[in-house]
Amino acid sequence: MTEGPNAGALAAAERGERRGLFLLCTPAVLLISIVIFLPIGWLFALSFTTEQGGLTLEHYARMLHPAYTKSFQTTFELSFLVTAICAALGYPLAYLMSQVSAVWRAMIFVSVLFPFWTSLLVRTYAWLVLLQRRGLVNTWLQETGIVDEPLRLVHNFTGTAIGMTHIMLPFMVLPLYAAMTAVDRDYVRASASLGASPLKSFWQVFFPLTLPGLLAGVVLVFVLCLGFYVTPAVLGGGRVLMWSMSIERSVAVYSDWGAASALGVVLLVVTLAILWVMNRLFGVERFIGAR
Amino acid sequence: MKPGVTAPPVAIREVTKTYGRFRALDAVSLDIAAGEFVTLLGPSGSGKTTLLMVLAGFVRPDAGSIRFGDTEMVLTPPHRRDIGIVFQNYALFPHMTVAGNVGYPLRLRRIAKAEIARRVEEALALVQLQGYGERRVDQLSGGQRQRVALARAIVFEPRILLMDEPLSALDKKLREQMQIEIRQLHERLGITTVYVTHDQREALTLSDRIAVIDKGRFAQIDAPARLYERPATRFVADFVGESHFLPVEVSAGVVRLGGRPLALGASSTARDGAALLVVRPEKLDVIDGQDTAGLNRIDGVVEGSVYQGESFLLQVRVAGGVRVTMRQPTRREALRRLPGTGEPITLGLHPEDTILVAAEGTP
Repeated sequence: MTEGPNAGALAAAERGERRGLFLLCTPAVLLISIVIFLPIGWLFALSFTTEQGGLTLEHYARMLHPAYTKSFQTTFELSFLVTAICAALGYPLAYLMSQVSAVWRAMIFVSVLFPFWTSLLVRTYAWLVLLQRRGLVNTWLQETGIVDEPLRLVHNFTGTAIGMTHIMLPFMVLPLYAAMTAVDRDYVRASASLGASPLKSFWQVFFPLTLPGLLAGVVLVFVLCLGFYVTPAVLGGGRVLMWSMSIERSVAVYSDWGAASALGVVLLVVTLAILWVMNRLFGVERFIGAR
Repeated sequence: MKPGVTAPPVAIREVTKTYGRFRALDAVSLDIAAGEFVTLLGPSGSGKTTLLMVLAGFVRPDAGSIRFGDTEMVLTPPHRRDIGIVFQNYALFPHMTVAGNVGYPLRLRRIAKAEIARRVEEALALVQLQGYGERRVDQLSGGQRQRVALARAIVFEPRILLMDEPLSALDKKLREQMQIEIRQLHERLGITTVYVTHDQREALTLSDRIAVIDKGRFAQIDAPARLYERPATRFVADFVGESHFLPVEVSAGVVRLGGRPLALGASSTARDGAALLVVRPEKLDVIDGQDTAGLNRIDGVVEGSVYQGESFLLQVRVAGGVRVTMRQPTRREALRRLPGTGEPITLGLHPEDTILVAAEGTP
């Protein structure tokens, strides 16, 4: 304890301030504990118990069955594909947004965010209408003579990927755009003055400086894809079986809460593992956007 | 680094740049000799940074010509201009080490690795940062970043060096130290340099010549001493150094301040009509009898004083109600001569320091 005038009172004021901050956090901490940690704990417990209440690993053992490994594989393939397409489409779009005038930027922003303000289900069914056998896309393709037979664009892997990409794109564009606007224009100017052509300036200076944003977008989209349910369920037409749909079936069709819990736990663990690896590789502060 | 072998002269001819209705540059022309250190000095929004950006190639002017030696450069893209630039915020690449930053222009020029390493170390030694190559940029202090930016801008032996207020982020002591270092570096390398600042003292310290820019036009282009001692306009007198202005009347070649004639220096002439006398605080002296013959006399009353350590400021209200400031060093005998507040005083001004500028427009 420091000696001196008012030392005790000053220390008490410091303690009081900290207590105040702690009290402010309390409602949020309580809410998260009750609606998140408690159910997850319960899920975890359920996945290790039989219906009679005994301890068991059968729910996990069953996941080695081909039906589940196939679903696991599909989930990852689809998530990888959608993330890759989102990155390939999102980076140029975000770059465009960061370069154009304020008016154009606002217009692109609105068109990127507009889907955000529309219901997920509405957008998914809209894609169903567009992509079906006699949908707008196929009709146009046939009328212009690009294809003779209508393409199978829906109720399969392709349709699911198209729909998911559309819905996931804003999650890629927004962190990318934030990272790009944070890059000082003088960096690119500096590289140009030092002799770098525009292409070299881009790849050697601009792109590396926007990597944190790209990684944030990739992780965000990938993790969201892993647990995606609505769009694959509608556009996959039952042929694309995502992990989330396996969970739903276990509960809705078989009423097997233990199996569903085990599947949920696996999805959670895999997601956390990916986040952990990304964090170890690139540092968590980059995801939060602190630079 | 070979001193100044490739430094060409720079010719800026009638460069105009407008943003909407705003004329950032209004047909400015400036010749910079090979190896010369020229400073663009002006307040913010005067067009000095725009001119620098035009020189660098980041801003395309509406019209005009930029020549390096005999080569027209105005359409050449920035990466082919071979110009070293030190940016205001340094613009050091955060994803590269110090050596990575300094070596970057050499890597772009496909120079052999060993040669790059040697030249990077040489450039770092030149700015007194030997052995800092492996540091990350965010591990450096402001002054060190400044030096790295300088090393990066000169390591590839550019034809011209541009500096955009490079010292504005540093504290006063460091800034003054860096000014001397930049000056010495320029003397060693002999590289044609264009320096932009709004700090008149920095401009006076560093430059061979100063181009004072105001509202997109050059107000005066001169060597520091001439610019300070013989300002051409009220704006220059006001912006460079501290000045007070006393209205005077000129008739038949005789300058009168409140009816009393003033003697002018040998090189000065005055046109008839209204004019302004430029009074700088340190040019004024106290007239108390002896040894003051030949000085112009200005009568006034002491209104107050400020002690500033190395000098002493005396505020004097002179005839006509204008307040001027006199600066005196805080030497004992100088202080003893100063009258107290409320007492009358006669100020002396040497004819060679008696400068007139046109009274146009401004009060």
